[in-house]
Amino acid sequence: MNVEYLGAREIRGALLILEGVEDVAYDEIATITASDADTPPLTGRVIRIDGDVAVVLVFEGTRALSLTNTVTRFTGRPMTMPLSQEILGRTFNGMGRPMDGMGNISATVRLGINGTPVNPTHRIYPRGYVETGFSAIDGLLTLIRGQKLPIFTGDGLPHDRLAADIAANISTPSTAIVFAAMGVKHDIAEYFRRSLTESGALERSVLFLNLAGDPPTERIITPRCALTAAEYLAFDCGMDVLVILTDMTAYAEALREISSARGEIPSRKGYPGYLYSDLASLYERAGIIKGKCGSLTQIPILTMPGDDITHPVADLTGYITEGQIVLDRALYQRGIYPPINVLPSLSRLMKDGIGEGKTYKDHPDLAKRLFASYAKVSDARAMVSIVGEEDLSEADRKTLAFGRYFENDFIRQRQGESRTLEETLGLGWDLLSSVL
Amino acid sequence: MKILNDSAVGKIHGINGPIIRVEHIRDTRDFFMSERVRVGEDGLMGEVVSLRNDPPLKTVTVQVYEDTAGLKPGTEVFGTGHPLSVRLAPGIAGHIFDGIGRQLDADGQTNDKKWPVRMLAKPGDKTNDGTFWSEVAETPSVIYKAILPIGAEGTVLSCVSDGEYTVDQVLLEIETPNGLRSFSLAQQQPVRVPRPIRRRLPLTRPLITGQRVIDGLFPIAKGGVAAIPGGFGTGKTMTQHQLAKWCDADLIVYIGCGERGNEMVEVLEDFSRLTDPRTGESLMARTVLIANTSDMPVAAREAGIYTGLAIAEGYRDMGYHVAVMADSTSRWAEALRELSGRMDEMPAEEGYPAYLASRLSAFYERAGYVENINGTEGSITIVGAVSPQGADFSEPVTQNTKRFVRCFWALDRRLAYARHFPAIDWMASYSGYAAELIQGEQAENRRKLLDILYEENRILEIIKLMGSESLPESQRLTLHMAKRIRGEFLRQDAYNPVDTFTPLSEQAAIVAGLLNG
Repeated sequence: MNVEYLGAREIRGALLILEGVEDVAYDEIATITASDADTPPLTGRVIRIDGDVAVVLVFEGTRALSLTNTVTRFTGRPMTMPLSQEILGRTFNGMGRPMDGMGNISATVRLGINGTPVNPTHRIYPRGYVETGFSAIDGLLTLIRGQKLPIFTGDGLPHDRLAADIAANISTPSTAIVFAAMGVKHDIAEYFRRSLTESGALERSVLFLNLAGDPPTERIITPRCALTAAEYLAFDCGMDVLVILTDMTAYAEALREISSARGEIPSRKGYPGYLYSDLASLYERAGIIKGKCGSLTQIPILTMPGDDITHPVADLTGYITEGQIVLDRALYQRGIYPPINVLPSLSRLMKDGIGEGKTYKDHPDLAKRLFASYAKVSDARAMVSIVGEEDLSEADRKTLAFGRYFENDFIRQRQGESRTLEETLGLGWDLLSSVL
Repeated sequence: MKILNDSAVGKIHGINGPIIRVEHIRDTRDFFMSERVRVGEDGLMGEVVSLRNDPPLKTVTVQVYEDTAGLKPGTEVFGTGHPLSVRLAPGIAGHIFDGIGRQLDADGQTNDKKWPVRMLAKPGDKTNDGTFWSEVAETPSVIYKAILPIGAEGTVLSCVSDGEYTVDQVLLEIETPNGLRSFSLAQQQPVRVPRPIRRRLPLTRPLITGQRVIDGLFPIAKGGVAAIPGGFGTGKTMTQHQLAKWCDADLIVYIGCGERGNEMVEVLEDFSRLTDPRTGESLMARTVLIANTSDMPVAAREAGIYTGLAIAEGYRDMGYHVAVMADSTSRWAEALRELSGRMDEMPAEEGYPAYLASRLSAFYERAGYVENINGTEGSITIVGAVSPQGADFSEPVTQNTKRFVRCFWALDRRLAYARHFPAIDWMASYSGYAAELIQGEQAENRRKLLDILYEENRILEIIKLMGSESLPESQRLTLHMAKRIRGEFLRQDAYNPVDTFTPLSEQAAIVAGLLNG
């Protein structure tokens, strides 16, 4: 189809509204140029049709477009990505185009970036344990291959380091790492690249970078490109893929920006009512599929504004993902890394992935006891602030001591220290028997 | 695609996500509200949600149950002449369906599968509304009974003999005052209209769940309604799984509405493996799953709840006690909100449409213990999970749900963080059925348990201010008892094969031990 439409009826934010269009399909991709400016072509998607009026969302933003100079050509197909094993080791921009100067990908397949809903009966329930080397995670919040387990964090906490360390620790020759940056600062993206280089995983990694200064609308596309690449590597090439998505809050803000420009009725904090469905369309792409050998594990990172776990992005994410790893500012201030507060944290798939025949027979029991003991610590600490340490009962004193050892010896790990699960469990039992 | 001569036909004018606006082509039959429609050459399924006459145009708004990507203005839309329906026929129990009733697993409600049918009707028999005329062993634990609909009063003219038949084969012919009617095992049931009943009966029989905090403190009646609100990670789904596994219903309809795909697989795998203590058969044999996972189209999420209810009512009419688990009603309400927004309706609270409360009340009102049209008794119990945003129970879905349920099992984040499961908060939960269901000595013991727990709560408040050193001995005893009640009675380990289910007699023994020990 080679019809070009000249001009526009309205341009508002990232929205381009055209009149007099014919034979345009919902969700199809358009290429847009400014006829009098020497800028690269822009990409847009049809998000609403009313008779001969089409609303196009322009991902790179509408700068330099005018009501007369805009040239729009509809491609007749939804957005796809060219894929082959060549993507390993490459870096793409937020729209999924190579940006490392190494040329285009010679594709063996083109896949739609939106994915398709998975018939639940085609899924395999994930049960395979992954060792991250962190006691807090392996022992108490076990990561399972094919799980979606986000990191809930706040500004200034070491979530990037934790995600990078996990990626380095679980890396094996059949693992691929897909990293998608949405609205993060360039030095964070650089940090991940360096970390992947140091662990030797860079050649098995694919990076998608939409940085803080890049067009926000592009952020809607970035995770979808990353997940499409990840699905290809997992289900076509049979690799175990870890996808790190950061920062989901910036993604949701981009969605809010578009929703606001469209004049939609907002729900909480101005986010659109479909935020849940939209996030689910990303997170649900994790998993294991019957008849395919790979797996797709997701670690999304989201910063909670004001460390507020009830913020809509954190809240809706928690309802979709299979648990969460919650970082804690107080632990971090006391120099504890990783600063994981295990009480609000949870791994929903842990119960079926640990125990006899999977990890160790005593693993579930130890986890239960550590949780029960640590749950009492905050009560005891509250008590100290009222009656002082002098007047504490013997039981409360023991609880306090347990809390200290648990945080300093079990949760805290030295720079570069990676523990086997056996070490983690041994440490846990020692702690329970020596202190309580 | 087969197009009926008298189909209503329209052409797409506008597309906004799952909502399409269609211009009706004159000279064909009119579309009607809730009519099931087919869109385009692929025949995407949709439903009419509003109609409007703007001379010279008639426009029809349709919600489409499948992905609308690739649809174009001008695409034709055909009315089927039927409302959105589910096919009631053998092959439902033990299987999994999507939100509009299409089977997701292989081998079940296939058209060519032959079922062993035992005929109950004989030529010359008088028939009536709701007469059972044949039965099929659908699964080892469920017998499917074919029921005559209303208006089938008459005399059996002919019927086949016992044997193996498909669900669409005509097996029975009846002479009625309005002419000859023929019946197969399959029956189309519109999902949005409740099936008729003769009358409602009082709710006096408990749904025994084997979960101590529920049976002992906040019981639910067969035919009752309960809500489980809770923030993420507090165990809503886990609690519903426990109820679906162990409650003494004959059939479970588990509606996964906008939730995780893996949870549906978990139910499929777990329930197939576990044994129903009452029948000795696999739990899956008495379970129907409706799966509209969160990545599936949002309009089908709205419909999934009704598909589940229509199936539940079909089995209730066969004389069964059915328990419906809806997980989660909040996702359903959000689907309503999204569709309403796309139709440019005026919102009420937090963007939800003004009809949120009436839709919720109509949903919960389909529960009940009833005398069916044929005189048998059956019940539908509804347990709805609610996922309040930010675990804030003052949000519209929780508040409106609270108005229509009599049993409220509030899940608490602090309990969940301390890994006290089920995390049902005994201070915030209630059951309006307790007085009917728990009587005599049990009622007295229940009152004592609650007294101790309330007293504990009061003492803990004091300790927060004064410390525990100065407590009198009597209060220390109360704390000790409360701790044992929490640890030995309220808390229950779903993963422990023995602890996961406690029969009523054992529950009573534990309570007696706690109170007297």
